[in-house]
Amino acid sequence: MARIRTTVDGLVYEDDVEPRMLLVQYLRERLGKTGTVIGCDTSNCGACTVHLDGLSVKSCSVLAVQANGSEVLTVEGLERDGQLHPVQQAFHDNHALQCGYCTPGMIMQSIDLLGDNPDPSEQEVREGIEGNLCRCTGYQNIVRAVQDAAQKMKPGAHASTSSSAAAPVAGGGA
Amino acid sequence: MIPASFDYVRPTTVDEAVQALVDGGEDAKIMAGGQSFIPVLRLRMGDPSLVIDLGGIPELRGVREDGDQIVVGAMTTHHEVTRDDLLARHVALIAEATKTVADFQVRHRGTLGGALAHADPAGDLAAPTLALDAELVIVGQNGERRVPAADFFEDYFTTAIGPGEILTAIRFPKYTGWGARYEKFNRVAQAWSIVAVAATVKVDSGTITDARIGLTNMAGTPVRARAVESALVGQSMSEETVRAAAQAAAEGTSPTSDADAGSDYREHLARVLTGRAVLAAAG
Repeated sequence: MARIRTTVDGLVYEDDVEPRMLLVQYLRERLGKTGTVIGCDTSNCGACTVHLDGLSVKSCSVLAVQANGSEVLTVEGLERDGQLHPVQQAFHDNHALQCGYCTPGMIMQSIDLLGDNPDPSEQEVREGIEGNLCRCTGYQNIVRAVQDAAQKMKPGAHASTSSSAAAPVAGGGA
Repeated sequence: MIPASFDYVRPTTVDEAVQALVDGGEDAKIMAGGQSFIPVLRLRMGDPSLVIDLGGIPELRGVREDGDQIVVGAMTTHHEVTRDDLLARHVALIAEATKTVADFQVRHRGTLGGALAHADPAGDLAAPTLALDAELVIVGQNGERRVPAADFFEDYFTTAIGPGEILTAIRFPKYTGWGARYEKFNRVAQAWSIVAVAATVKVDSGTITDARIGLTNMAGTPVRARAVESALVGQSMSEETVRAAAQAAAEGTSPTSDADAGSDYREHLARVLTGRAVLAAAG
């Protein structure tokens, strides 16, 4: 067993974990954060994407012990004061989900992308989410949603969500 | 699947890591970024008794200039490689190739040293490392040794790193002002290369004065397309010249046949992609 201390969605947790425990298992089974899902179990699909110290990672390919001392942001930590994150809202507004299984990972990767490139072209969005698979093949609306979110997150834009300019991006906040 | 049980240590210096590796014996394994290693553990294709995580060793990270070489710490992530100013200026080919590795999430964790030590023939960083005549710095109990890339890649997933040794840095000569391109052919986004070509060329007043070309997945190790290099040097730059020189790209290769491509198709890809890579690099 190894002792780890992490900050997840703004709260500090300390736990003893087996070194072999994957970060995604830790989030789901220890912390109950089942918003982060396990998709392929082969590092392909990106459904388990979270932010680790501000960068998107596939949490099935990180050991929980490697997150010791780090800050983790999951899809469950995005909402602020009852308001969805602009990217979450844009996925809702643009019908960017069908079965919804890829959605937590898509949203986390899209936020990472927008933190890096606040105004991506369609091609840049497609490349930015290449590590995330939608088996419903609903990419069209996902790409639309990311571009819509980008517009609404621009400073001065009137988003349906409040304080969009100060929205948490890529591990910000918490 | 969940990996089998193992012990875990996270040393903070290279010396500690080497000691842990020596003490751990042959069932001890080094973990760099973990983006190939953790999937291997999950699939139970590997079952180490001890995992030595290099993630806590600051001296293994970062890019610096050392005289006429650019030194990349083995634990520098792909993400960092793609954004480094020194590499963009002096070793553009490695940055270009790194941009095509897997996807953003994997590039945030995966490392140059880890990818080279893993030595997957379909991995994208061995061919540019070979083409660039890099030196690989390997540290063991008896100190440091430097191995030229041409001697480093020995076979499928096999390198010159010996028992009790760790790859600590990659030293690239400077290619300031050279054009660079990595042309990758794969089936779908984020898939492994079926074939890829790493090309960097120097063009002076319309003449190709130097060229380095490495091939990915055309054998168990990366291969230098030396026949193409010699056919290019001294030629005036034109599409015809480049396409003609690229016809020699598959010479000396021994590509595999698998579900993605037969060996003859891989040879065809090597010729076509070499032409594209050199043209783009020279453009």
